[in-house]
Amino acid sequence: MNPRINYILKQTIVASAFICASALTYSCQSNSADQTLPILGSREPVERVVDGKTIVDTVYHQIPDFAFTDQDSQRVTQETVAGKIYVTDFFFTTCPSICPKMKSQMLRIYEAYKDNPNVVLLSHTIDPAHDTVAVLKEYADRLNVETAKWHFVTGDRDSIYDMALQYFVGVQEDDQAEGGFAHSGDFMLIDQNRHIRGHYHGTEQEDVDRLIKDMEILLKEQQHEEK
Amino acid sequence: MKKSRFIVGFFGALALITLTQCFTDKQNQGQKLYVQHCLSCHMEDGSGLRGLIPPIAKADYLQTHRDELACLIRNGADGPMVVNGIEYNKEMPGVHTLREDEITNLLNYIQTNFGNNNKRYTMTEVEEMLDICPVPHGK
Ligand code: HEC
Repeated sequence: MNPRINYILKQTIVASAFICASALTYSCQSNSADQTLPILGSREPVERVVDGKTIVDTVYHQIPDFAFTDQDSQRVTQETVAGKIYVTDFFFTTCPSICPKMKSQMLRIYEAYKDNPNVVLLSHTIDPAHDTVAVLKEYADRLNVETAKWHFVTGDRDSIYDMALQYFVGVQEDDQAEGGFAHSGDFMLIDQNRHIRGHYHGTEQEDVDRLIKDMEILLKEQQHEEK
Repeated sequence: MKKSRFIVGFFGALALITLTQCFTDKQNQGQKLYVQHCLSCHMEDGSGLRGLIPPIAKADYLQTHRDELACLIRNGADGPMVVNGIEYNKEMPGVHTLREDEITNLLNYIQTNFGNNNKRYTMTEVEEMLDICPVPHGK
């Protein structure tokens, strides 16, 4: 065979293999666009009767109403996150152990979604006695983040600890723990109906990558519902 | 004759191995101490946390305040401090339990990693610095 034709043939085979491969991966990706996230937490079947027929609805664990105060002294409630998806965590500003790592990962999420009006970040302090509005303000200012996008909230101690339970995040005052509080570095992903849709380790880069992808999926799902 | 040469060679090699082992151990000790005491705040890559915790990576502070770092590690720091043109002001806890040799290894680790290529310390140097640490704030 003419070596030149041989060369062209080889190139063509390589090129078409490449196209096939990318087409395959592409179709894989578009599949994942249709992916949905599970709803976490307890679920209860609830029966109701419509036109003489019994229909069974499933009622999922839903985050109850709440009221806290953010770094700009604004009230933050369920209204603040209405119609939006949000990521939430529990921390305290003087925490020496896992919080800096959590906050540097949360910053990545902030940077990824800061221009998306349908996303909010909500960080609760578990040390409200120390983390006053002024302390949270200074903290947020130093991170150079916008309040409307990332609320650092403080409030009544018991309400905060009760909310942590609702989000399935473990927090506890503990003299033995570094900084005086024991807590998990969890990030929870909440949808526009205040259902918990994902749970991630806020100190692990790969898991936060997964969260950033899951947020994409959840935002698509939200768009579909609105149509 | 042949035998003694063999023995010399053997012990020579042994000494060499121990020596290099010793050096890598020191490098490892610096790294281990970093992971154990510093990583949670200054991060794996030494980047710190925006506006709140200064970076170790390519920090001018490491050179401009070279002689104060031994005391900083042992006693911590608070009050405002400027690193690479950005002001930080948050408390850093000291690690009072670290020995002179451990502080030396840790300092040499941060001065020569994270993109830093600064002068190393000898242990005598670090001992002298620690002898004249300012009295820690509020203690
Ligand atoms: C609880 C978080 C925390 C831990 C743990 C911590 N640091 Fe720091 N570090 C800080 C903060 C905050 C500052 C800035 C202090 C200030 O504003 O006065 C700082 C400043 C520094 C500086 C001077 C500025 C710079 O970045 O060049 C060095 C060097 C340093 N730390 C090294 C260490 C080393 C080594 C360890 C481990 C023994 C360590 N730090 C552990 C929070 C921490």
